[in-house]
Amino acid sequence: MAIIVNRKKLNFWERLYLPVVIGGLKVTGRHLFRTLFCGKAVTMEYPEQKWTVPTGYRGAPYLVKDQDGDTKCVSCQLCEFVCPPKAIRITPPGDSGQPADRANAEKMPLEFEINMLRCIYCGFCQEVCPEEAIFLQKDYSLTATSRAELIYNKEKLLSLGGIAPGIQKWKHKLEEAKAQENFSVKL
Amino acid sequence: MDWNFIIFSVVKVAVVFGVLMTMVAYSVMAERKIAAWIQDRPGPNRVAPPFVKYIPVLGPFLTRIGFFQPLADGLKSFLKEDFTPGGVKKIYFWLAPAVAVVPALMTVAVIPFGSVMGSQKMVIADLNVGILYTFGIVSLGVYGIVLAGYAANSKFPFLGGIRASAQMISYEIAMGMSVIPVLLIAGNLNLSGIITWQATHGWLICYAPISFVIFIVSALAETNRTPFDFAEAEQELAGGYNVEYSSMKFAMFPMGEYAAMLASAGMMVTLFFGGWTLPFWCLDQPAHSLGMGLAHILVFIAKMLFFMVVFIWIRWMVPRFRYDQLMDLGWRRFLPLALANILITAIALWIWS
Repeated sequence: MAIIVNRKKLNFWERLYLPVVIGGLKVTGRHLFRTLFCGKAVTMEYPEQKWTVPTGYRGAPYLVKDQDGDTKCVSCQLCEFVCPPKAIRITPPGDSGQPADRANAEKMPLEFEINMLRCIYCGFCQEVCPEEAIFLQKDYSLTATSRAELIYNKEKLLSLGGIAPGIQKWKHKLEEAKAQENFSVKL
Repeated sequence: MDWNFIIFSVVKVAVVFGVLMTMVAYSVMAERKIAAWIQDRPGPNRVAPPFVKYIPVLGPFLTRIGFFQPLADGLKSFLKEDFTPGGVKKIYFWLAPAVAVVPALMTVAVIPFGSVMGSQKMVIADLNVGILYTFGIVSLGVYGIVLAGYAANSKFPFLGGIRASAQMISYEIAMGMSVIPVLLIAGNLNLSGIITWQATHGWLICYAPISFVIFIVSALAETNRTPFDFAEAEQELAGGYNVEYSSMKFAMFPMGEYAAMLASAGMMVTLFFGGWTLPFWCLDQPAHSLGMGLAHILVFIAKMLFFMVVFIWIRWMVPRFRYDQLMDLGWRRFLPLALANILITAIALWIWS
């Protein structure tokens, strides 16, 4: 079915085209004036003005500590396994490795590296982590002068990650175990 | 030969060329800045040589308005690789940028940019057939574009060249016709003569407004400016006639375009807005002192810059025409209108005199 659009017949003044041109000049002139004298430019001048990162933003993944300042990561290597671009590399402590920071935790990684050049900020590591030890944070502008500098090690990741207070699963387990031991049962 | 004449002419040519080229560079800057402001952006505001940041207030201000951007742009053009693609017709390929720039510069020769300084008239060549010369030279400008399109031996530049030639035949006649009432009223082909007439009788825009409208639209077409920039329609032709060019040869085309814009702004000022005269502060008489001569030149440049801003302003407002629409406009609207305008002006002059 053909649709017939009724076009308004233009009168002489409208067909001259000039009034429309002048109208357009007024609009653009207004924008020019506002940008120039009222400072209404919409551009964010990036290095000086920074963007407010919204909550839920997926920036660079960093390791976090718990509220007692202990490393949360237990070197389970799930994140290393799930990482699609293979950006994470974990060196586990081994048989005679250093014990974990936290009491009752089995182990913690000897080394934990994230290659930020490989990372795709997908958030799988955060999703898979059973210890809530790695979070995608708000950093979006990682710069360095060499490729090696962008491979972040455990120390750097922990210092950048900061502290993420949460349920201290192991601590509760420990307290429970202690409570169990001290439970006075009269036989 | 008169040595005085030769020396002064050479000096005038050199100074006018220098000033014109500077104005071309800063027109590009103005184009980018005004485009940015119209589109709610700040525009280029970063480029500055390192020492500038030590100048207290002026330095940041100049950086902010992009004062040093043309220097960086020019330097970049010079340093880029001057690449000649394999399939081009070499001679025309090298000739085209020059052909695009030279006519625009030659037009400026007859435009009186000031009254007198000392005993020198402030015009490079005070021709008695100034307007005819201008129209003759200006229409050569299109050959640069057509030649560039042809020499590139590639489809998009070729289409750009074809469009440019189609465009030229449609506006050129209307443009020529539009100026005839001005000549009838002023009774003179000499541009200095026209300015002198305007100094006593008032600006010609009041006598021939229709001529002015046709002239400004044709000037936009002649300088390849948007609404009529078919020859370099980026969206349709991937850049148009200058696709195959790089480095300084590419930069010659915008240079030619902006020089042509300045020249046609100068023509508009001369023909319709009283050239270097202003109807007050005694600025409508030839200068008696160097200061007044300089004031006249500044008045002329100020008027010219006003028209440059209008050109740029129009560019960032109007969408591009189709090129059959321009031909329709040129042949079926402006040509009859210009002819009627001539007739009416002639009859009016006949009755009133």
